[in-house]
Amino acid sequence: MTPPVIVGAGPAGVRAAQALAAHGLRPVLVDEAPRAGGQVYRRPPAHFRRSPAELYGSEAARAVALHAAADTLADRIDHRPDSLVWNAQGGALDLLQRGRIERLPYNGLIVATGATDRVLPVPGWTLPGVTTLGGAQVALKFQGCAIGERVVLMGSGPLLYLVAYQYAKAGARIVAVLDSARLADQVAALPLMLTRPAILVKGAWYVAWLRAHGVPVVRGARPLRILGGERVEGVAFEQGAHGDGQGMQTIECDAVGIGHALRSETQLPDLLGCRFAFDALQRAHLPLRDAAGRSSVPGLYLAGDGAGILGADAAEWAGERAALALLEDRGLPVDAARARELEQRLAGIRPFRRGLERAFPFPADWAARADDELVVCRCEHISAGQLRRTVRETGADDINRLKALSRVGMGRCQGRMCGVAATEILAQACGRPVGEVGRLRGQAPIKPVPLSALSSAPPVLPEPEAAA
Amino acid sequence: MTDAPTPRRPLLVRLAETGRTSVAFTLDGAPASALEGDTVLTAVLTQHDRLRRNEFSGAPRAGFCLMGACQDCWIATAGGERLRACSTFIAPGMALLSGEGAP
Repeated sequence: MTPPVIVGAGPAGVRAAQALAAHGLRPVLVDEAPRAGGQVYRRPPAHFRRSPAELYGSEAARAVALHAAADTLADRIDHRPDSLVWNAQGGALDLLQRGRIERLPYNGLIVATGATDRVLPVPGWTLPGVTTLGGAQVALKFQGCAIGERVVLMGSGPLLYLVAYQYAKAGARIVAVLDSARLADQVAALPLMLTRPAILVKGAWYVAWLRAHGVPVVRGARPLRILGGERVEGVAFEQGAHGDGQGMQTIECDAVGIGHALRSETQLPDLLGCRFAFDALQRAHLPLRDAAGRSSVPGLYLAGDGAGILGADAAEWAGERAALALLEDRGLPVDAARARELEQRLAGIRPFRRGLERAFPFPADWAARADDELVVCRCEHISAGQLRRTVRETGADDINRLKALSRVGMGRCQGRMCGVAATEILAQACGRPVGEVGRLRGQAPIKPVPLSALSSAPPVLPEPEAAA
Repeated sequence: MTDAPTPRRPLLVRLAETGRTSVAFTLDGAPASALEGDTVLTAVLTQHDRLRRNEFSGAPRAGFCLMGACQDCWIATAGGERLRACSTFIAPGMALLSGEGAP
């Protein structure tokens, strides 16, 4: 019998697997990582020694609980670690598992693919020594390393302060935290954020801790450039609304972590034909779903940050709720009160989510201020100037048209790193709102598949035009 | 090239988990040592500041997202393979090429 499949073994995927298993199904749980946990609760290799408290701080209990849930499921589900999904069509996923490809048919699919950092590039962002904020965190959690001797963290969002705290606590030297949000933004967000006071307090506590330990925290900081020839040597930024270079300051450092909150990983729902709509709060096109997580495609469910950023706690609830929806849709009995409770919790988190966006607002003038020389596409080295010229010369006003004409979003990252920036540049260049220039469409393979794997496997090559 | 190679400088700094068994590999033909449980990215960037040069710009690259999304941490092996350095563990005897001569 064809099993239900869950993609992603983070908080949403693990709770979904647990709920399906509790109802007697044996789902396949596909994940790129060697161990379940996702990025937020990513586990180091088994022989590493740091305690959960050292690894996950105040979230240690949640991390341990999720890991325990995954571990106790081991013989009741088909967990496929080290397995990358590179295509999805016709009721099956194409996997790359340890160098071999395999087609995995599914009967019911829960997509819980999580998020990566949303990156607004600055000149120099391709230099060795620059990682995303999430990447900086992975280096520490998963490998016990800091990204450099003297680290600047910049951008905005809750992760900025969390990573700064985790780094400083682990003995790394944070030379500055540069937050593009102003203190006034954070004050204005207080009423909404008070809906989850514990989290608000935690955030404030990180900032206070950093200051007490001599870490400079600069608000209203606009990163101008990452300095260096062959690797990071410093950062230039300005504070305040000048925009004229007058308030420019530089800091020496050898590593930079950068990110402006998170962006959902939506390529599988895209390949599978889900309907999307522009979400003004998240400034992104997101797959439509109902309160239970049903997408517009029957049998396809969405849970966790991959369907819209709501954080790790919400991901656990959404994963379980999506699994209950899958069961309900098969006519299996589920606990309706539990389903309702999960939906209420998910709805209840939304004011806080709006508060976060108010506290760490998207710098809407980013594109207008981006220099022509800025490399937007790090895969194929395509600059903001090239994109603007293409818009000027062709009148392109849709991101997929711009992709076809300039190759932006066609490189190895398939737009995961450049898509936000390219869309912002396009909107600015053609003078349309960012929600009206389309969304970057995915195309298989969404992650590179080695030729050796393709040649060693049965013929399951994607149709190259399928997603066009 | 007749330029004298410059000494290598690491990017990553080990802060914890340093008591692991060492793993011998080669980087650009020179012997190198990592720790069991290191990714290829960690193994290389704790002694060197790049994984390869970008084929379009020629500029050095050392990964970016470290979670398998950006695909910017590919590194070549002497056997002609390409490895995604952030998600491949180092193994004894691996022969990795950053494209720069060893110092």
